[in-house]
Amino acid sequence: MSEVLTFLETLEARSQQRAEEPTWIAARRQAGAARFEAMGFPTRRDEEWKYTDVRAISQTNFALAENAEFSQAGAAALTLPIDAYRLTLVDGVFSAALSDLDSLPQGVQILPLSQALSENHEAVGGPLGRLTGVEFSPFAALNTAFMEEGAVVRLAPGTVVEKPIVLQFLSRANTKPTMCHPRVLVEAAGRSEATLIEHYTGEADAQNFTNVVGEYMLDRGAILNHYKLQEAPLGDYHVASMHVEQSRDSRYSSYNLNLGGALVRNDLISDLNGKGAEANFLGLFFGQGRQHVDNHTKVNHNAPLTFSNENYKGILGDRAHGVFNGKVFVKRDSQKIEGFQSNQNLLLSDRAHIDAKPELEIYADDVKCSHGTTTGRLDEEAVYAMRTRGVDEATARALLTLAFAGEVLEAVTLDAISERVELAVAGKLPERFNLTGLVETASALNE
Amino acid sequence: MATEEMEQLVRREYKEGFVTDIESDTLPPGLDENTIAFISQKKGEPEWMLEWRLDAYRQWLKMKEPSWAHLNYPPIDYQSISYFSAPKRPEDRPQSLDEVDPKLLETYEKLGIPLHERAALAGVAVDAVFDSVSVATTFKETLSEAGVIFCSISEAVRDYPELIKEYLGTVVPKNDNYFAALNSAVFTDGSFVFVPEGVKCPMELSTYFRINAANTGQFERTLIVCESGAEVSYLEGCTAPMRDENQLHAAVVEIVALDDAYIKYSTVQNWYPGDEDGKGGIYNFVTKRGDCRGDRSRISWTQVETGSAITWKYPSCMLRGKNSIGEFYSVAVTNGRQQADTGTKMIHIGEGTRSYIVAKGISAGKSDQSYRGLVKIGPRAKGARNFTQCDSLLIGDTCGAHTFPYQEINNSTATVEHEATTSKIGEDQLFYCQSRGITEEDAVSMIVNGFCKDVFQELPMEFAVEAEALLNVTLEGAVG
Repeated sequence: MSEVLTFLETLEARSQQRAEEPTWIAARRQAGAARFEAMGFPTRRDEEWKYTDVRAISQTNFALAENAEFSQAGAAALTLPIDAYRLTLVDGVFSAALSDLDSLPQGVQILPLSQALSENHEAVGGPLGRLTGVEFSPFAALNTAFMEEGAVVRLAPGTVVEKPIVLQFLSRANTKPTMCHPRVLVEAAGRSEATLIEHYTGEADAQNFTNVVGEYMLDRGAILNHYKLQEAPLGDYHVASMHVEQSRDSRYSSYNLNLGGALVRNDLISDLNGKGAEANFLGLFFGQGRQHVDNHTKVNHNAPLTFSNENYKGILGDRAHGVFNGKVFVKRDSQKIEGFQSNQNLLLSDRAHIDAKPELEIYADDVKCSHGTTTGRLDEEAVYAMRTRGVDEATARALLTLAFAGEVLEAVTLDAISERVELAVAGKLPERFNLTGLVETASALNE
Repeated sequence: MATEEMEQLVRREYKEGFVTDIESDTLPPGLDENTIAFISQKKGEPEWMLEWRLDAYRQWLKMKEPSWAHLNYPPIDYQSISYFSAPKRPEDRPQSLDEVDPKLLETYEKLGIPLHERAALAGVAVDAVFDSVSVATTFKETLSEAGVIFCSISEAVRDYPELIKEYLGTVVPKNDNYFAALNSAVFTDGSFVFVPEGVKCPMELSTYFRINAANTGQFERTLIVCESGAEVSYLEGCTAPMRDENQLHAAVVEIVALDDAYIKYSTVQNWYPGDEDGKGGIYNFVTKRGDCRGDRSRISWTQVETGSAITWKYPSCMLRGKNSIGEFYSVAVTNGRQQADTGTKMIHIGEGTRSYIVAKGISAGKSDQSYRGLVKIGPRAKGARNFTQCDSLLIGDTCGAHTFPYQEINNSTATVEHEATTSKIGEDQLFYCQSRGITEEDAVSMIVNGFCKDVFQELPMEFAVEAEALLNVTLEGAVG
């Protein structure tokens, strides 16, 4: 319990500095703190956390960032080379200098949470916390208690945003480990369409804790392509609770790409609440060293004629530990459902470790649901086939590993992202041969 | 199919529901150390066995009933259950079939288990369990010629204490789980099979379980040991008469296979599932585990589960020997308000171990069914291989089918595959059959049997026939 107290003390100290807030925020903060105090940090006795030990987080005394200073050059090196609208948080603090929110097209609002609150806090109070409440998890409760900054994205009906929207979360190599609890709130009105990229990255030596809560609301016919590129520094802890709500005929596609972080936990939930709603979950997690990557996903088919498709791939080397827990839930009377789920894992070393749990919970009969999961190593026959064609063993293995990741990356329509992930995977493979050159050649050929 | 016809068929009564009126030497409800001492004394057990039971009981007191299963049932009052019930004259046990109480034999007749006929015709030795005490064991002689020991566990405790001490509780420890601890404290009967080195058991061994006296939980304990190179096929089948109160059943089955041994364990379970509203029915909490202790040993579980109100059952294999094999074939059918949470655990410890899981679930009516399985590959299980296939068939829109497979993989040379599908009987499949003059009822039966074929073909011949019939009866008219 002392761990919980440390966090509550930090919270108390912070609230004394804080200016007066609207009563609803103060009330929610209190509810979050109370809930967090009651639950404490999850342990491996909790089914939802059976394979993930969060003591590395709970036993660290994290400070809160005071400013958003970050060198322009350093940030430029980390920023995705994409022409986009950009909102940047540095250790959870909004950085106007590193953001590019000018000349937003009509019908599009992208603003830091603090600004959205000061402009019209009531408009934020309604949707904020509606999908991910304090009950969801101790981390969601902790986030609610601490929440100060984040990103609010609002799309007016029928708005099609041409350029991607990038939410950039930078983690600094602070003298003291720092934590942040950002919120992401996306309200996509009817028939609007956008590409949202959440990019988590930072300075190599950082050792911070990011505890983000994201809520994404898709109204009738809205389309959201949601990229989460998690390249956090290898010392960072990263917990993300993402909840999507989909109305009739909406389409949500998630590309959950995890490369960084010492301890990573993603919860991704989509509620398909209207006929014709469709959710696509694509994921890739790549762990090396002693990285721990935990992906929990859940698709709730709450309405008939809804569709979901999920494909998660894991590549684990060294002593990395991966977790995949995917659930497809079909509510009673949600007929004519299609729900597919696939999880494939590649173990590159004898000490790598994967725990997979694909679940189906179905209460309707006219459904087509399936899940499949496989775990193994590279196909020795494929390696052999390549060697007979003059490719050396290390290259053959590296190429096959990349090809394994390729099935998910193929679906990524933003080249900047897929190339970045490919390079990261190629560059980190244990083989001496570096594939970077090869990937670059391949991309040059494509162009 | 016409709705009325369907409903009529769904409302079929439990065919095997009747009560045989036999005076039972039954303990009053309640459980404490005296109860256990009474059971132990009734069984004429040695001191060490009583100590073993009491130790289990003390551990059980400290344990909590598990709540993680996808099941919903009112709390069980363990003090309202009677822990011992034996047919009359326990000291004066019948020595042969002729001495068996004719009423008992009549019961078996009604159940369609003509004990003597079956024993003689099919060459099956039947160790029939009627309310906790074995009343007849046949073909003992043939077996003893081969060196096979097949007797009730109580006899084994008296006659083969060394074997019991060596193996009992080594696969399922006393404190393994709540129900196993309870069973260890109060088990009343069950079978013991010992097949010595190099012996292939000359016949299939079979025990029919039957719960009779009201309010009496049945706590069976089965132990099967195959020494190096030995082989045995064991059949277990059960039916129960209609009752209003829930009856608790918490059995433990332990199987040990040494080098090159092969044990095949088949079950057909058709206990009373409760009435339409889910009233009555058996609560079935079973711990079954096989230990592939020796290299190249093989344990195969086959089960057809159609009965019980609540089923909580995970036949498992500990694959410790090099290149040992674990198999699990299951058909689970739930109708009415039945709930089943069943599956298997395959724990790969040794090198080159393989496991194969085929689980077929059929839910109809307002039932709920879950497959819950674990495949664990230990760090030393080089080249381990698992394939899991679990399919669910939903009949009607008020039932539920769930899959919760766990995979814990700690070795990169392992290959683990899992596939699951959920679907209903396709309109096109039905249409295809009907267009060829097959009635809808027959078509459904064909499709369902086809769905389960992978499992049925693993069953011994006569069991397969019985299972198929059982499946048809259970699901009769459930499809419309």
